[in-house]
Amino acid sequence: MATATRYIGKPLKRKEDPRLIQGLGHYVDDLRLPETHYAAFVRSPYAHAKVRSVDVSKARTAPGVVLALTGADVKGAIGFVPCAAQIPDMKSAPRPVLAVDRVRFVGEAVAVIVATDRYAVRDAVDLVEVDYEPLTPVVDPEKAMAKGAPVLHEPYKDNVAYRWELEGGDLKKAFKQADKVIRQRIINQRLIPMAMEPRGVMADYKPGEKQLTVWSSTQIPHLLKTQIAVMLRVPEHSVRVITPEVGGGFGSKMNVYPEEALCGYLAMQLGKPVKWIESRRENFQTTIHGRDQIDDLEIAVKRDGTVLGLRCKVIADLGAYYQLLTPLIPTLTGLMMCGCYKIPAARMEITGVLTNKMSTDAYRGAGRPEATYFVERMMDLVAAELKMDPVEVRRKNFPQPEEFPYATPTGLIYDSANYQRSLDLVLKNSGYTKLRKEQAQLRKKGKLMGIGLSTYVEICAMGPSSAMPAGGWESATVRVEPTGNVTVLTGSSPHGQGQETTFAQIAADMLGLEPDEVQVVHGDTAAVPYGIGTFGSRATAVGGTAVYKCLEKLRSKLGQIAGHILGEDPGKLVFRDKKILSKSSKKSLNFVEAVGAAYVAKTLPPGMEPGLEAVTFFEPTNFTFPFGAHVCVVEVDSETGDVKVVKYVAVDDCGNVINPMLVDGQIHGGIVQAIGQALLEEAVYDENGQLITGELMDYAIPRAADIPWMELSRTVTPSPVNPMGVKGVGEAGTIGATPALINAVVDALSPLGVRHVDLPAKRERIWQLLHKPSGRSPAQVAPKKRRAR
Amino acid sequence: MAVDIQVRINGKPHDNKVEPRLLLVHYLRDTLGLTGTHVGCETTLCGACTVFVDSKAVKSCTMLAVQADGAEVTTIEGLASAPEAGGKLHPVQEGFWEKHGLQCGYCTPGMILASVELLRRNAEPSEAEIRRALAGNLCRCTGYQNIIEAVRYAGKKMKGRKR
Repeated sequence: MATATRYIGKPLKRKEDPRLIQGLGHYVDDLRLPETHYAAFVRSPYAHAKVRSVDVSKARTAPGVVLALTGADVKGAIGFVPCAAQIPDMKSAPRPVLAVDRVRFVGEAVAVIVATDRYAVRDAVDLVEVDYEPLTPVVDPEKAMAKGAPVLHEPYKDNVAYRWELEGGDLKKAFKQADKVIRQRIINQRLIPMAMEPRGVMADYKPGEKQLTVWSSTQIPHLLKTQIAVMLRVPEHSVRVITPEVGGGFGSKMNVYPEEALCGYLAMQLGKPVKWIESRRENFQTTIHGRDQIDDLEIAVKRDGTVLGLRCKVIADLGAYYQLLTPLIPTLTGLMMCGCYKIPAARMEITGVLTNKMSTDAYRGAGRPEATYFVERMMDLVAAELKMDPVEVRRKNFPQPEEFPYATPTGLIYDSANYQRSLDLVLKNSGYTKLRKEQAQLRKKGKLMGIGLSTYVEICAMGPSSAMPAGGWESATVRVEPTGNVTVLTGSSPHGQGQETTFAQIAADMLGLEPDEVQVVHGDTAAVPYGIGTFGSRATAVGGTAVYKCLEKLRSKLGQIAGHILGEDPGKLVFRDKKILSKSSKKSLNFVEAVGAAYVAKTLPPGMEPGLEAVTFFEPTNFTFPFGAHVCVVEVDSETGDVKVVKYVAVDDCGNVINPMLVDGQIHGGIVQAIGQALLEEAVYDENGQLITGELMDYAIPRAADIPWMELSRTVTPSPVNPMGVKGVGEAGTIGATPALINAVVDALSPLGVRHVDLPAKRERIWQLLHKPSGRSPAQVAPKKRRAR
Repeated sequence: MAVDIQVRINGKPHDNKVEPRLLLVHYLRDTLGLTGTHVGCETTLCGACTVFVDSKAVKSCTMLAVQADGAEVTTIEGLASAPEAGGKLHPVQEGFWEKHGLQCGYCTPGMILASVELLRRNAEPSEAEIRRALAGNLCRCTGYQNIIEAVRYAGKKMKGRKR
């Protein structure tokens, strides 16, 4: 049965937009229940302290307050914050939902107040008296590892959470045979995900039905339902989680947070709806952070630029506790350390360290941007050391297209790629050769113009369950309703990605219908069979494939019904224009008639079950590996150190594309988050463990005026891993772009002898490089000679 | 001590007793149920709460409801009745839909109102002018590029209608 692609591959306008552009969508704080109470938290101003006492008595009697609870009050009633990642010999770092006798990061909650009104509850928070005994905070991860450092989690003797190693190929030989070994320490700074909608939870308990409903701004409604049941020790069938509109996540909402369980508990205690909406300051302090690695690299190369081996030691700052995947994220860096290069031998050693900060966890890219950034920086360092063009070094080390599927020394199988093609296209689209000529001219005039290149591969469509901490499959249910409308239920609950549109495109094509006849339902655990969620660029490749497989099942059944009624071979029927028709005899049956037959059940083939509903739990056999090449041009102001991105050209390959407009949107957003990491963003804790970038005033995310026009194009290398040949695109821009930006900044400064600039390349950092006492001023610098342009 | 305020919102008169410290955004959202206006930062930095107060784009998270006494307020819910819209989608709303100017949608109402204000001042803004005008409205999803396309689309459409 053939599928006519009328909608797949087309830039269909989104089905979710009409409500969102009119202010008619409902995020958690937009939901209204009668008698809703508001919760607010008392949070530690200290990074590390003993909690001697928490006195909520004044708060308890404040106007409007109905409940005030401390850590001691809920201890034993609510389980610890869950972590799904297990690494052999990992220390445990249990986090109670409210701190009991010790706080370990600024913002950790010690008490919760509930009142009848948003303002009253904030007033009451100020009436809580907490007696803290400050302890020495452990802020720097390297110092945290040192002997004698204060220990966060007793009875352990140190703060090393785990050590993890990975090695493949003959590393000794690689380094012995090398003509050169290049070393560099590379920092991936701590970042704040900053979804526009802060977290928010509302919970309602019906004691008669024993039903707890929790609305939460989350990426993982089903996993949250399970964890709330476990934490509150109630039967799982009595918990329902609903995710209404979610205002962005970027990984920060693929977590289970204390407030989610606590609001459920409070609603059960009070028998009233309880709502908590995170303030932006709380969001900065207590929603997970991303990155925060110190990466020490050594690369072994031959004189002609061939890479023989790569060694990396990572110190990963995990923060004070584990969130859902905290310890696991750096291991993804290990898996992807070789990038898109044929590096025969590689070794990764990770030390996960506990410090008095908020936990790190998955932030857009989650472990892969770190790897891509350091391997792309190392390739440029190789080019600089060997006086080669960065393009040449990369080309020399790409695997050939016919070598795929390609096995890396880190144990992955890259599914499909043509790195040469995306590189060629980005060089053409950016006018690379001409840019280099312009650069030579500008350098003669003392101008600091830099050209940066990044060629990347990423791992997504997470993932086969064998390689995931807790299930890597996804579920879908597709139901053709008696009137012929289609309902798609997906476990991939979105937060801006547009599955309501893309999954409708798939269903419309497969069944010969219009996308408007398809409704995609997600984010309600009472309506949607168990699912995993949206993260790791998995929604289309895993969730979409589950939908596709359901549609195949329904087509088979509808084909048999239509074939039976028409007296035709079901194998020769096509679905088109709301009809099921025979290519040979031209006989046809209206789609809705075949559907009706399934429900009326009088003309079904003998033995066939009535109804039209298919369920699939799709288990992928491998990850997918999107790739691409980015070129970026920057100008550095030699007076101020300001970096201006003047050109950005990207070529991305995410396999087959369902909706090109949405794919471009993902790339745009991804690149701009990378601009944030490369040039602006840095979560800074001072030596006392205070988060001094605790507000948008101090933490700069990119604004419209900070960024250039992005020129995008695509190559298409379908994935063999799933039937639609799709790969995933949610994180590609963020993974590919950061190194292109920094490579451009370093290239701009290279005439001054600069070989590396740490993230973020803020103007004060550049200014300092420009004004080093030993540094030459730009005007004195002769144009750098480059070979073989 | 509650204070009596009279505000015209989306063309309809409202008369309410409010606490003096009640923020305009909470008045709109909690008192009147107009939840299309979002709160993103509570500190005037993100622009998600942008509304029109007497035709000026204002961040309603740092304005008190009592300061709006006697004013005319337009929120995203009332934009369709703006003069340029004629009861249908406003051209800027249409532009955001056509050009994929939103993903999660949280910044969108504020972004749309800030764009409308720009186009009322400057019917044909350049890319740089759009970027500058929207610098007070943060978006974490779109990378702004399609928002710029949306504003241009709307500008063209509004110019066409005036002719």
